[in-house]
This record gives sequence, structure tokens and C-alpha cells, in this order.
Amino acid sequence: MHPLIKSKPKEKVLLLGNEAIVRGALEAGLRVGAAYPGTPSSEIGNNLFRIQYELPGLYFEFSTNEKVATEVAAAAAAAGLRSLTCMKHVGLNVAADALMTLAYIGVRGGMVIVVADDPSCHSSQNEQDSRYYARLSGLPLLEPATPQEAYEMTIYAFDLSEKLELPVILRTTTRVSHARGIVQVGELASYDQEVKGEFKKDPRRWVPIPAVARVRHQVLLEKMKDATLIADSSRLNYQYGKGKQGIITSSVAANYVYDIVEEFDLKDQVKVLVLGFTHPHPVNLLADFLRSVEDVLVVEELEPYLEEAARVVAQERGLSVNIMGKATGHLPRTFEFEPKIVKKAMADAFGISFPEGEKIDVSWVPELPPRPPTLCPGCPHRETYMVIKETLKELGELENSIFPTDIGCYTLGILPPIQMADYLICMGSSVGSPCGFSVATNHRIVSFIGDSTFFHAGLSPLANAVFNKHNFTLVIMDNETTAMTGHQPVPSQELRFKELADRPRIDIEAVVKALGVKNVVTINPYRKEEAKALVKPLLGKKELSVIIAKAPCILYRQRVAKK
Amino acid sequence: MQKLRILTVGVGGQGILLFSQVLGRACLKADIPVVMSEVHGMAQRGGVVETNILIGGYKSPLISEGEADVLVGLEPAEVLRALPRGRKDTVIVSSTDPVIPQIVKDGLAKYPDLDPLFEKLKESFPKVYLFPGEKLAKEAGTAKALNMVALGALAGTGLVPLSKKAFLDAMKESIKEKFLEANFKAFEAGYQVTSS
Repeated sequence: MHPLIKSKPKEKVLLLGNEAIVRGALEAGLRVGAAYPGTPSSEIGNNLFRIQYELPGLYFEFSTNEKVATEVAAAAAAAGLRSLTCMKHVGLNVAADALMTLAYIGVRGGMVIVVADDPSCHSSQNEQDSRYYARLSGLPLLEPATPQEAYEMTIYAFDLSEKLELPVILRTTTRVSHARGIVQVGELASYDQEVKGEFKKDPRRWVPIPAVARVRHQVLLEKMKDATLIADSSRLNYQYGKGKQGIITSSVAANYVYDIVEEFDLKDQVKVLVLGFTHPHPVNLLADFLRSVEDVLVVEELEPYLEEAARVVAQERGLSVNIMGKATGHLPRTFEFEPKIVKKAMADAFGISFPEGEKIDVSWVPELPPRPPTLCPGCPHRETYMVIKETLKELGELENSIFPTDIGCYTLGILPPIQMADYLICMGSSVGSPCGFSVATNHRIVSFIGDSTFFHAGLSPLANAVFNKHNFTLVIMDNETTAMTGHQPVPSQELRFKELADRPRIDIEAVVKALGVKNVVTINPYRKEEAKALVKPLLGKKELSVIIAKAPCILYRQRVAKK
Repeated sequence: MQKLRILTVGVGGQGILLFSQVLGRACLKADIPVVMSEVHGMAQRGGVVETNILIGGYKSPLISEGEADVLVGLEPAEVLRALPRGRKDTVIVSSTDPVIPQIVKDGLAKYPDLDPLFEKLKESFPKVYLFPGEKLAKEAGTAKALNMVALGALAGTGLVPLSKKAFLDAMKESIKEKFLEANFKAFEAGYQVTSS
């Protein structure tokens, strides 16, 4: 039995933040889950995917991208079932089109959208603050700080969603999703049998033609008024300590504040407002708090989201409280926090002097070799890169070539000795950007994309390339899995876990040909000379071509063999 | 309750996640509050890996400069890299067997000569426990049990308020039965290093 469904009510278990979210969802009666994997959210989908084979009443799918996953979950919730989708921060950009109008039409069953931000870009291409999506779309936002809170807020999010008939955004960060802590669990919902919802037709609600959308926008704003009252009195927003110096904080930053207040016994000096329900902003609660202190420091990672909310409240209510945070330079807008950063901000803001530990002398430690992440030994991507590089060299084209790349393990092709990654924006940009480069430059363009990324965001730019007659070579590195995030399925895979044996297979070469690409070859990158001979004519041409380098991820192959 | 900040460092693939999971489960069994944080994803591909383990009622999942009470190393160069996270009285528990980075094998960087650095380490900190982790793990039956040698060594210091049994019970929950005996032996070998 999967460990996340084995625990009995009241049992204390050690859970990753992401596992706590899964447990919470299964206690809340989640019926339909859908996701595209992305670190730091991946373990939510991975666990739901496995657990569904033990619970007849649970459906989960890895969808081809975050927008599709959001639509799957939204439809299930429209039909009255509880649903969930989860994604990394940049995944919400992909799902944003759905998100913005979903806020208008709403849901009937509870729907939770988990979004995991990645301050410091541990495994991401940016460190956007996704909380602004709540403000942009007008959806409720919850920010857990610990695995226990992640668990509790997930359960609450489903109730809140049903009450407001809106999806609720549950926002974590890497240090919440990948923190491990003790969680006291409750009782699982009943999953003995499959449960179907019922979609009640109501085009005046579910079909946002302009006449409907205008009404639904007003409905949304009314709901936000209700939600503000709920946020104001929510027990997810709480205070401790006393004094004229105040701190407003949320998410993992609240933990650093708590430990500093404890360790240095500041409870009689500093009053702390911890916010877990942060959109709509609990404006009355904020006003009361701002009124009760003289100085306030807003401690939050990334953007000044709560800080700006506090400033707006202060201005609206004519409060003269001194608000400090990012605008005043006390805290940075970049990178994740750690205790030291918060301690320094508190010292600067409130004139607290923390005892400095004696500095240790480490000047005797020599320069140490770096350990950049690398492609695994035996990884097929390395072979593919060498096939392309050597062939371009033989053609005298290497110097003139530029290499757009994409999101996946193969982005590590940026490092020596490969160094074949020149341009990257987001998922799928290895297919869209060459269209622009081929118009704007005389370079030879060879771009790289993975199989999962190709299905996620590569199909429509490839159609664009064919129709608008762009000239580049796209190398699809088909390792038969979504390797970077933990081997999630891909529609084209032949090598698959037995649970997926009955799913149809979508052949990449057939798809590429059907889109109208004339020059297509499939190579085995481990057979170097044979592969070079196959790709040479394509890399010498001034025409759109696609090379499919097909060889399974070695770790994935081992995992499938073991099962 | 006594609080303890343990920083564990190593290299992707050394089993540092299992190390922290067993330690966390052992705390759970003894009803000692624990929080920890890990890095997943891209960083695991042969990169530097660390887990921050905070015992006894902390909420923060991270350990800042100067805050580590104990520094556990599965790889010696990583211990040296992490020293600024420690204090004058930080206890150091580390394997001495290096993992040479690819970049060094490619001749693009140098791996330091460790012996004089070990001497310097012993001079600089009051309690330094060094042990040949890979050798001990191999003797116990599998080189993969380096993480349990290190855990045994941490347990042997007596700094973590847990019985030996709590560790062994947590191992039973976390490790497949067929690997359990070798891992117990590895734990014991590490335990002997620091407890005797």
C-alpha cells in the first residue's frame, strides 16, 4: 500500500510539503487530478499518479501541459467533483489563459490549483512571484509555511472553493514543497468506487461570450468582497507577541521570523502578523494591525506583494505607520531568504542588536572544485550532441551555427565540453525562436527539444515553421520519458510502466511528417557513424528538417526493468 | 527541549536524502519535533547536495552561516566548502573518501590535497571525527551504505537525543529488507568511530 494512504487518523508522519498536500487532498475527497510535472511541484503528481491504482474512486492523469491539466480539472469541478491541478510557477504562465477566464465562470466542486514558486531558481529559469496571479485573476490565495500547514490548507482550500464557487490557489515555494516535517493526519475520504459528477447546462454561466463575461466579471468582484470578509476573520491569519514594532510575514519567511523571535526572546517587543490567506488581502485585519504598531517590517520572499498591500491599506485609511521592507532596502527582491537575512533586516528595522557569534577563520581552506550538475554517465543526450557537433564540423558549419535549446536535462548541454545551448526562453521556445532567428539572421540554426517538451509546447510552433517556410533543424531528443522531473509518461513512449500498457502510442516521426515536415530522420545516437551519415544531408540543407534521436534515458530504463 | 541544527553535505548520488529521512523518522519515533529541507531536481545530477535538519522545535527549514551545531560530511571537500555555516564549537563528523568531480577529471579544476587540510580541521575545531566512509561501507557489504556509516557516526557522538534503537527502527522502515543487514553493519561501523 502506498505510504500516503496507509497512515491512520491522528497518526503523526514525516512528510514532504508536497506529500502533505497529497494527503490533504485525499482526505478532502479529491476525485480528479491532472498535472504536467515541474520541480518543485513534481512529487504531488507523482504520488497521485501511483495512488490512483490503489483507489478506485481517484482519477489522475499527467496531461500534456499545464493549460490542458487546468482545463481537465476545471471541467471536473464544473461537473461537481473535487479536483486539483499542480504545477511549478512557470507552468502557471502556460495555464494563465485558462486561469483568467476560469475565475469568471468558476466551479461547483472544489478546485485547488497548487503552484510552487522557486526563489533562487534551484531548478527553474526565473523566480517569478506567482502570488500576483491571484491578484490578476481575482482568485483566493493561500500560502502555507510548513508541511503541516500545507496539509491543513489543502483541505480547507476545497471547502473555500466550494463556498465561493471559485478555484483556490495554494501557493508554496521550494522550501515549503521540499521541506520535510511532522504532520498529524486525519481520515481518508472514501475511495471504494468510482464517482461520476453531473454537468448541469447553464450557458449563461459556463460560456463567456461577451454578454456573459460582463456579468460574470461583476459576479467575480462580488465574490471577492465575500472572500475579503472570510480572509479578515480566517484562522489562517494569526498574531503573536506584543509591542509597537510589528512584522507582517507569510510562507516560509514566517518560520524564520518565528525562530528568531523565540531564540532571542522578542515576544514582548515585537508583534507578528502571520498571513496564510493572502488574497483577497485581509484589509481590515491589516488596518487593525497597522493601527496597533508604530513601525512595521514586511518579511516575504520575492516581490513586495504584501508590502504593497499594506501600503495601500495605510494610504486608504490615512495611517501614518512606518512600513519597511523591500522598498526601503531592508530586504531583497531576489533569491530565497534564510535566517541570517531576516535577522539582519530585523536588526536594521528595529535597532535590535543580536549577539554576534565569534567568526571562524576559514582562510586556510583552498579554492575547491565546483560541482556543476552534469548529464549522467552514459546519457544518450551527450551522444546526440556529439553526433550533431561532429557533423556540423565536417560540413564546416559549426562556427556559423546557433543552438536554441529547451527545458529539460539536455539544457545541461550549455556546459563544456558540449556547449551547444545558445538561447532559451521557456518550454517550446526551441521551436518558436528558430523561426525568428531564421528570418533575422544568416546563421545555421540547430535547436534541441525533449520528447515531453515537444508534446507540451512544440507542436504548434512546428506547424508555424512549416507554414511560414522557416529554415532550421530541430533535434527532438526522444529519451522516452520526462526525465528531469522523475520519469513521468510521454505519449510517444514505447518503453513504459505496465500501468500504461493499454494507452495508445503517438509516434513522433508520424506527427512531424503529418505536420508537413519533408526532411525527417530518426537516429540511434549510440551508433555514431551511422547517425552522422543520416543527419549529414539534413544539416547541409537550407530547409526545415527534424532529427529524432531516439534512445531511452538510462535511469528510466533501469527503473522500468526493476518494476 | 534541547535544540540542534545539523547540516549534512555531500554529492548527488551518495544517499543523503535517505540519511535525512532515517534521521527524521527516528526523531518522529521519539516524539522529537524535526524539520528539514532538501533540494531536488537539477541539483541532484552530480552536484553539491545538502540537507538542513533542525531538531527540537525549530520552524525554519534552513541553517544560515554560523548556525550549524553539527556538520556531517559524506564527502570531505563538501565539508570544507560548508565550514562557514559552522561556529568555533561546531562538531564535525565526516567521511574522508573524496568524490572527484568530472571537472577535475577533465583537467579543468584541481581537487585539494586532503591530508594537511584534515590536520588543519582538527586544529580549528574542538571535536572532529573523521573516518574512511567508503571503506567501512564496503566492509559492511555495500559501498552504497556510506550514508548509514555517516548516520551511525552522528548517532555515536551522542549529540542527537535519540537511542540507538530509534535509529535502527527508523532504518527498518526506510530500507528494503534485503539491504537491511549490510546497512545495520554500516551504521554500527560508523557508531564505533565516534562512540569509543
